[in-house]
Amino acid sequence: MKPSAEADLPEFLWIDDEPGDDELQVESCEARLAVDSRRRTPGEGGLWIFLLGDMSLFGFFFLTFLSYNRTHRKEFAAAADGLLRPLGATNTLVLLISSYCVVLAVRALAAGTPNRARPLVLGAMACAAAFVVLKAVEWTHEVSAGHTPGENLFYLFYFVMTGVHLLHVLVGGVLLEYLRRRTHTQDAWELSRVGIEAAAVYWHMVDLLWIVIFTLLYLVCVG
Amino acid sequence: MRDRVTLVWLALMVITCVTWWLGADHPFRAESIRLASALALGLAFVKARFVGLDFMELRRAPVHLRMAFEMWVAAFGISTVMVFLV
Repeated sequence: MKPSAEADLPEFLWIDDEPGDDELQVESCEARLAVDSRRRTPGEGGLWIFLLGDMSLFGFFFLTFLSYNRTHRKEFAAAADGLLRPLGATNTLVLLISSYCVVLAVRALAAGTPNRARPLVLGAMACAAAFVVLKAVEWTHEVSAGHTPGENLFYLFYFVMTGVHLLHVLVGGVLLEYLRRRTHTQDAWELSRVGIEAAAVYWHMVDLLWIVIFTLLYLVCVG
Repeated sequence: MRDRVTLVWLALMVITCVTWWLGADHPFRAESIRLASALALGLAFVKARFVGLDFMELRRAPVHLRMAFEMWVAAFGISTVMVFLV
C-alpha cells in the first residue's frame, strides 16, 4: 500500500515496509553488476574469437590425422615408434614451465612489481628458445634418417603439424618480447593490461596445443 | 607458493611424465595398448582444460567465454577419442 503523499514520487522512490518488486529488481541488478565486475575477460573479446578459431582449426587437423590413422594404423605405428619421444616429452615440459613463468610474470605486473616480472619473462623466453633448438635437433635427426614430409602420410602430418605449431611459437616469442618490454615500464599494468593479458593467453594457447600435438604424434599411434 | 596455479602446474608436469613413461614400454596385449592410448589422448584434453581454466584465467571469465572454451575441450576431446577408438 503506497501512502497518498508519496504517490507523486517516481515509483522506485516509494518506501515500503517490505521490498516490493521494484526494489527487488534494483537489488538483483546491482547484484548482477557486482558479479559481472568480478568476472573479467582475459585480454579482450575479439582476441578470443581468433584464439578459439585457431584452436578449432587445429582440432580439425587432429581429427583428420586420427581419421587417417584408422586406415593406416600399421604404417602410422611404425613411423610413430621411430620418433624421438624424449625430445617431444622434454618440449612438453619446457612449454609447461614457460607457461608457469608467464602466469607468475603477469601476476607480478598486476601487483605493480615489474622487477619481479622481468626474470620470469626472461625464463619463459629461454624456454621458448630451448623449444626451438630441440625442435631443430629433432627435425635434423629425422631428415638425416631419411624421413621427409613426402615419405608417407604420417610424416606429412608430423612435419606440417609441428611446423605450423612452430610458427605459433615464433609469433609467441615476439609477444614474449613485448611482455619483456612491459617489465621495464613502471605503470605497465595501468597502461597495457589488455595487451599483457593477450600476449600471455596466446602463449598459453601455444602450450595447450603442443600438449595435444605431442600426445597425438608420439604417444597415441602405437601398437 | 602453494596456491592453485602452482598445484595445477605441478600436476600437469607429473601427468606428462607419467604418460611419457607409460608409453615407453609395451608389456601388454594389443587391446590394452589401444585403450592406454585412448586414455592418454583423453588425458591430454584434461590437461589442456586446466591450462585454459587456470593459466588463461578462464575460471574467472564471463560465463559465455568459459563455456565456449569448455565446448572446444568437450567437442574435440570426445570426437578425437571416438575417431581413434571406435
